[in-house]
Amino acid sequence: MSDVVELSLVEAAEAIRCGDLDPGEYASAWRQAAAGDALGAYLWRADEDAGPGTSESSSELAGIPVAVKDIFCIEDVPTTAGSRILEGYLPPYTATAVARLRAAGAGVLGKTNMDEFAMGSSNENSAYAPVLNPWDRDRVPGGSSGGSAAAVAGGLAPCAIGTDTGGSIRQPAALCGIVGLKPTYGAISRYGMIAFASSLDQCGPLTRTVADSALMLRVMEGRDPLDSTSTGIPGGVGLPAAERLDGLRLGVPRELAGEAEGIEPGVREVFERTLDVCRDLGAEVAETALPHAEHGISAYYVLAPAEASANLARYDGVRYGLRESASDLTEMYERTRAEGFGDEVKRRIMLGTYALSSGYYDAYYGQAQRVRTLIAEDFNRAFEDFDLLLTPTSPTVAFELGSRASDPLAMYMSDYCTVPMSLAGLPAISIPAGLAQPEGGGPELPVGLQVAGPAYSESRLLDAAHAIEQAVGFDGTPARGGAGDS
Amino acid sequence: MRPMIDRDQVLHVARLARLHLEESEVERMAAELSGVLEHVDRIAGLDLDDVATTTHVVHLENVLRDDTPTPSLSPERALAGAPDPDQGSFRVPSPQA
Repeated sequence: MSDVVELSLVEAAEAIRCGDLDPGEYASAWRQAAAGDALGAYLWRADEDAGPGTSESSSELAGIPVAVKDIFCIEDVPTTAGSRILEGYLPPYTATAVARLRAAGAGVLGKTNMDEFAMGSSNENSAYAPVLNPWDRDRVPGGSSGGSAAAVAGGLAPCAIGTDTGGSIRQPAALCGIVGLKPTYGAISRYGMIAFASSLDQCGPLTRTVADSALMLRVMEGRDPLDSTSTGIPGGVGLPAAERLDGLRLGVPRELAGEAEGIEPGVREVFERTLDVCRDLGAEVAETALPHAEHGISAYYVLAPAEASANLARYDGVRYGLRESASDLTEMYERTRAEGFGDEVKRRIMLGTYALSSGYYDAYYGQAQRVRTLIAEDFNRAFEDFDLLLTPTSPTVAFELGSRASDPLAMYMSDYCTVPMSLAGLPAISIPAGLAQPEGGGPELPVGLQVAGPAYSESRLLDAAHAIEQAVGFDGTPARGGAGDS
Repeated sequence: MRPMIDRDQVLHVARLARLHLEESEVERMAAELSGVLEHVDRIAGLDLDDVATTTHVVHLENVLRDDTPTPSLSPERALAGAPDPDQGSFRVPSPQA
């Protein structure tokens, strides 16, 4: 029975459709794995009833259990966004992404741990517990979708969904040695996805393989009347089959790769080696420039907190969630929010409120919006000469728990290579490219390769990532002992 | 070096954000925000007067739908998670102490 958890999502879905695999047996194997979670990956697990649905066995994801980041509302299932302020909250409605997975036959395996309100790059900002990296439990899994990434890498879920605002799917996928895809902004509805920074937030899959991510994206993408910014992906998404990269022009932006500061030697080495793999597969690889990408972090840490400060105004102790008692209304707001929010969330609310406050608005918010324009234009120019761009996903491999917790800026730099694509709304995927030693020495840890493309180029992006994945042949099995203390 | 944001500004912004800060948090917040703002200030000096602002990357205009009533949350459902529901309403402390 334990072999069924070794199947990829595409294989398992196919086997269930053909009647070669009993969906009950498959789901029960995964429930058992999830129940043994020794990584802190789950905040809530479904019992038998809430597990996989009983829809047509011919559906695309029939019988597939999915781990869902705790930022997605599911009717009558506890949803906290990793925050104390939503402890005990039971949403009265279900996110479209989850509804679409269910409509395709998938079931919810559990809700995964995350940085509070998706603010963080290490999962240490969860109000409940940190998540441990299945490759080395003294290290972080990345964030903010750290629980989703650790669950998939640690063998506690066949697949997961997460959200990515500045790198929150791609960076944890890289640090845990799995695949993480942030689709084009608007590809998947944001309805029922608890808002952090609405102009940047995007849902996406975390899986073992590129084809598995494609399968989940196929099901989740699409225009949704409940999210007027959703567009779907014109032409839809196919399953990737490419084995070669002949004729493909791949650009390496020097600001995010070659010349970039802070990229560990081990990461650089794996990245360079992967470029050779791409050349061997027939791609043309050359350097390009994104001159304003170096300002991505500055712009992002104005724009995202500014949007967050407005979005998080709704947590006021009135309609749901925590309320602290006080003698008047303003004091009730202030005490509820002081008690309910953690340090990083407070920091971002303060930063965003400051950037939007009278006298600073144009210097910070306006200027950041202009930088956003320049970064988007940089990408447009690069895509005149290149089909796709390649960078390391994260400047470093997984870092030790606690090592960046007291230095917000050092933590923010974890997103250096992923933030520019978010600001431009572009699709980008992280795939495991190999293993490297951390800068301070120690056992080797996964390194992610980021592949980015123009808006709505998901099919091409997934095809190329699939070809690279096959040639790299990364082995994720050493991390699969996340259930129990093995 | 003078911090980018001082104690009084922290208290002012906290009031705007409806966030009570403990005394010990105020100094720490001033230091941490100053550190981030120093980095962010790299873009403050760029000459971008001719550059348009981007609020949103998807250029959508006037997304419309038919104005037809559809089922929505019942009042009971909407109040189910409220800390202090009362007679179909959300009860809150008085605005004046």
